Order: sequence, then C-alpha cells, then structure tokens
Amino acid sequence: MSFLGVHKAIERNTGLLIFGILIVASIGGLVQVLPSVWDDSLSTPAANVVPYPPLELVGRDIYIRESCSTCHSQQVRPLLAEVKRYGEYARAGEFAYDRPFLWGSKRTGPDLLRVGGKYTDAWHRIHMIDPQAVVPASIMPPYPWLAERQADAGDIQTRLRTLRTLGHPYSDEVIDSAPAALEGKTELDAMIAYLQGLGRFAGGPDEHAEH
Amino acid sequence: MTIQTKARLTAPYEDRIVTAFTACSIVWAILGMTAGVYAAAELVWPQLNFGLPWLSFGRIRTAHTNLVLFGFGVSALIGTSFYSVQRTSHVRLFAPWLAWSVFYAWQLAIVLGAWSLLAGWNGGKEYAELEWPFDIAITVAWLAYAVVFFGTIARRKIAPIYISNWFYGSLIIVVAMLHVVNNLALPATLGKSYSLFPGAQDAIVQWWYGHNAVGFLLTGGFLGMLYYFLPKQAEQPIWSYRLSIVAFWAFVYSYIWAGPHHLHYTAIPEWVQSLGVVMSLVLLAPSWATMINGVMTVSNAWQKLRTDPALKFIVLALVFYGLATFEGPMMAIRSVNVMSHFTEWTIGHVHSGALGWNAMITFGTFYFLVPRLAGRPLHSVQLANMHFWLALTGTLLYILSMWAAGLSQSLLWLSLDDLGAVRYSFVDVMRAMAPYYLLRLLAGILFLIGTVLMAVNLLRTFAGVRTVEVAPPILATTHREATVGTS
Repeated sequence: MSFLGVHKAIERNTGLLIFGILIVASIGGLVQVLPSVWDDSLSTPAANVVPYPPLELVGRDIYIRESCSTCHSQQVRPLLAEVKRYGEYARAGEFAYDRPFLWGSKRTGPDLLRVGGKYTDAWHRIHMIDPQAVVPASIMPPYPWLAERQADAGDIQTRLRTLRTLGHPYSDEVIDSAPAALEGKTELDAMIAYLQGLGRFAGGPDEHAEH
Repeated sequence: MTIQTKARLTAPYEDRIVTAFTACSIVWAILGMTAGVYAAAELVWPQLNFGLPWLSFGRIRTAHTNLVLFGFGVSALIGTSFYSVQRTSHVRLFAPWLAWSVFYAWQLAIVLGAWSLLAGWNGGKEYAELEWPFDIAITVAWLAYAVVFFGTIARRKIAPIYISNWFYGSLIIVVAMLHVVNNLALPATLGKSYSLFPGAQDAIVQWWYGHNAVGFLLTGGFLGMLYYFLPKQAEQPIWSYRLSIVAFWAFVYSYIWAGPHHLHYTAIPEWVQSLGVVMSLVLLAPSWATMINGVMTVSNAWQKLRTDPALKFIVLALVFYGLATFEGPMMAIRSVNVMSHFTEWTIGHVHSGALGWNAMITFGTFYFLVPRLAGRPLHSVQLANMHFWLALTGTLLYILSMWAAGLSQSLLWLSLDDLGAVRYSFVDVMRAMAPYYLLRLLAGILFLIGTVLMAVNLLRTFAGVRTVEVAPPILATTHREATVGTS
C-alpha cells in the first residue's frame, strides 16, 4: 500500500487520528523527559545542601510571588567570564530542595545564584526599598511593601508539612518552632535571609571531581 | 433518517460563538499588549512601578504574557477552530451548549487568572504561572473543548478529515498533556502549591512544557488557522496535500524533543541538551516545508495582495514564521546559545514569532472572518492597510532593537581583559541597554496602535448587525457512505 494509502485510514478516522497524535507526540517525552525524572543523580542533594529554614522559605516564596526570576537568573553557566563574574558554576545537587526551580531565562538584572554574603543586610534593606539609592543606574522596581508586611501569614506550618510530604526532611521540631522563628519578622527580613542564604553551597573543584 | 436527525444535519452553523470568541480575543489583545507596553516603559522609567505591588514589573510582565497567550491567542484559536471545523465537516457544532460553557469558562478563567497574577498568586514556572485552582479549571474547560471539537469531526459528512483539523487537534491533545504534567504540584493553600518535581528535574519538565506550548499552541494551533484561512483567502487549493501530511507528522514527532535547548550549559545532563540540539535542527525541515507549502499556495494569487489587506497579513505572517523557525534552530546550537541565552535576543526571537507570526495571522484571519460573520464588507480597507504598516514597522523595530541589544549584552558580558578579569560591570552593560529599551517601547506602541485601529474597524463592521446564519451545503450524495460507523 502506498504511503498515502496507509494515511487514508488515519485521515478518515477520528479515533485513529487522536491516538496517532498522542503516540507520536509522546515519544520524545518518554525517551528524554521520563528518564530524567527517574534519574536520582538530578534530585539528590549535594553534601552541604539542606532544606530552606522557615524564614528563608518564606523569603523564597515571596521571590516567586514577585516574579523576581523574570529578571534574575539563578544559574551560573560553566563559562570563564560567567564564573569570574558570579562565582562557582551551578550543580544539579544544589537545587534538590527547589520547588519550583528558579533558574530563570533572562538577565535584566544580574544572576543571583551566588549573591549570598556579597552585600550586607543593611545594603539589601535599602536596595529593596529604593534600589536607585544604592545603585543610581538601576532599573529595578522598589519593593517598599515588603517592609510593611509580616513574614508569618499563618500558614508556614502547612507549607513545611507540604514540602515534607514531597520529601524535604523537616523535623517536627523545625515545624513546631517555625511560627516562633518568624515572630516579629517582616517579609523584607525573610527576603534578605533568603538572598543571603543563596550561594551557601561552597563546592569547589575538588567536590566536583567526586562526581 | 428520522426528521429529527435531518433537522440536526441541516441546522445552520453555530457562528455566534465564533463572534464571541473573536470579540474577546481582540479585547485581550489590547489589554495584554497594553500590559506589555507598560512593562517596556517600566524598563525605561523604573519610577512607573510607583512602589505598588500589582503595578511592579514582575507582576505586569506575567499578566502580559498570560493575557496575550491565553486571552488573545487561545480565544482566537478556539473561535477560528469552531468556525473552520464546521465548514470542513459540513455539520453544525457538536453540543453547542458545551461550546458556550467552554467560552464562559475560558473568559472567566482569564479575568480571574489575570487578577490572581496581579495579586501575587504565582506558581513560578514561566508561561504556567497560574496557581492550581486555575490549572484544574483550565483542564476541565480544555477537555470540554476537545469533546466539542472532536465530536463535530466525528459527525462530519465529508470522509477525509481536513488538514487544518489535524493541526487544531494536535493543539488540543498535546497542550492537554503538557499542561497536566507540568503543573503537577502539591497544594499548600488556595493560592500556593509546590511542584512535584525538584530543581533540575523541574527545569527539564518545565521546558518540555514551555517549548511545546510554543510548539503546539503558537505553532500547531496557528498552522491550523493557516491551513483553513490561507487557501480560503487566496482562493487556491493547498499547493501540496502530500507535503502537508509529511510535514504534519514530522512536526508532531520532532517538536517535543527540542525543549532542553532552553537549558544549555545548565545543570542538566549533557545528553539531554545534545538531543535537544539535534531535534531542534531537524525541526527546521517540517517548519520550512509548511512555510513553503503556504507560500506556493499563494503563488497563483499574488495579485490579490494589492487589494486584500487580510491576505497581506497572512502572507507576511508566513514570512515571519519562516524567519522565526530558522532563527530558533540556530539559537538551539550551543555555541550560538552562549550568545543568545539570558539576553534580549531571546525576547526578540519570541516577538518575531508572537508579533510577526501569531498576531499577524490572527489579524489577517479576523479581517477575513468578521465581514463574513457580519454579512457585509469591511468598514475601511484603508484603515486595515494603515494597521498593516503599523504592525510591520512595530514588529521590525522590535526585533531589530532586541537583536542589537542581545548581541551587545552577551559580547559585553563575556568580554575579558588582558588579565582575565571581566571587563564591564553588570551595571555598565545594563546602562548600554537604555536606547534599545526606548526603541522597543516605541515599537510596542506602534504595534498596539495598529491593534486598536483593527478593533475600531471591526467594531464598525459589526455595528448594529447580528451574526449571519449559514447552513451547511446540501450535496446530492452522502459523501460519507464508505466510512459511516468507522469513526
């Protein structure tokens, strides 16, 4: 039967067409995406990577809420200029507790993967409320409302338990004491704690050689 | 045949719903593009953020992409698919009440969804930011859309299923699969959930979704639009039906692999990246096969370009489709990607597709469709021509400014001095972007003005009339005799 002859059956049968599309479109995902999802080396935390402490987790969730990843990547590529500018390049094991991942696709502002410890808390505080006060040429929006809102929205324990269900090893102790850890903190405090925690992973060339 | 079924088969096409989707699509286009223009202005004058949460760049930009993709784009796709599936099947839309439910559900999801994004509900994954309650609602609405669309095809009176319906069909099936898998998450509260996939795996799943949302929504769906409305407007048959078949299956097969080219040099396995490169290059073949098929279809009707603004838009869209589908595979090559990734070039590439291809073909289709729905000629051909030139100038200015910006950006970022240190600070490079951002803002404004002109023109065309009732043609023979019961 000619090619068009075989096709005649498909193009005359709604069910065949639906299943044909479904099967042909699934192959790529089955060969490429599914093995990656099963590849534990991509989801095993690196030696010194721990789940985000409650205050940092709140900060991270604010980072997501404000779509910071629209302008800031968190992915240093293994390119000389990039490593010189930002620090160690990124390893999969660093992101084991990142749900969702925040690698970003665009750098309107600089990469933030290694920003922790580069500036003081005081600098971040001014920068978040009025970016142009510390970087006159900056085009970053101000985030004054973060200083006015409490970090504890009353759902921190629900969030931690949800993440524990997904496999993040939060102890009962951490979950029980989470509201206390957020006591009196603002969203700005949480954001700064998150930013200062970024880049904590200090794996150098030696650590990488083990893989 | 009972009297009842006879009545059903000769019932007029359900076209009021096409009018409704078209109208909403245009409203979302204007709102979504306005959000885009405002976001572009914020990059020139950051004071425009005004320190307000809902007006800050991160939220406005998210609202922009969601409104144009799911408001403007998807409303246009559903509306035009309902129009063409009835005419290529010679039968009234299956379950019109369900189709209307899809309409109301979708528009409500866009209204509340945009509001939720501005309020800070955000899943954090690009182009899939809507939180889990919306994800579930969208899935249900989408399945209902599938029932209406395939239900209509199953009742068709013409044996072969026309090619445009395969493309619309691939949109429905594959987007459903992508949407469900990528949004798998565990809800913590009503407005907050955590992805089922961690870190690097989440990245791979996200760009499998992200790239194929482009593939099957912005390409597959709009190719469905092309395959119905281009031959109609050119009054020419498809140049090669055989080529369209081959290109279709090659397209469905190869697109799905290309996602990892969004993750070059990141912390995902190299084999996944390499496979992404190879399949992205393969993708050039079906893309250009379709483009050539489209151009050849118009090749006997070039003279119509002088008089028909609708056809002008569609032919221009084809040109940009060819450009964007050439640029995409090139950007997927790792050594090119080093230069383009994370830069404005990406934004330029997206808009050469989104403005040049998706928006242009939709405009062309609306200029063809609305006069037919209204039963009278277009209010002003001159106004449509003005729109054409505004849209073309805006698109060219947009992509040229972003190409220049992106290349400068990466050259400056990657530049090292003699001692091996980075030559330019990040702020220096950001400052160099200012003129390009201003040009891009201007480009966006031009494009938006054109869209507003179209809205006025089509509104005047439709003012004071109702959607015309059209009945399926009554043909002498039952042309499905051979296949009755097989579908």
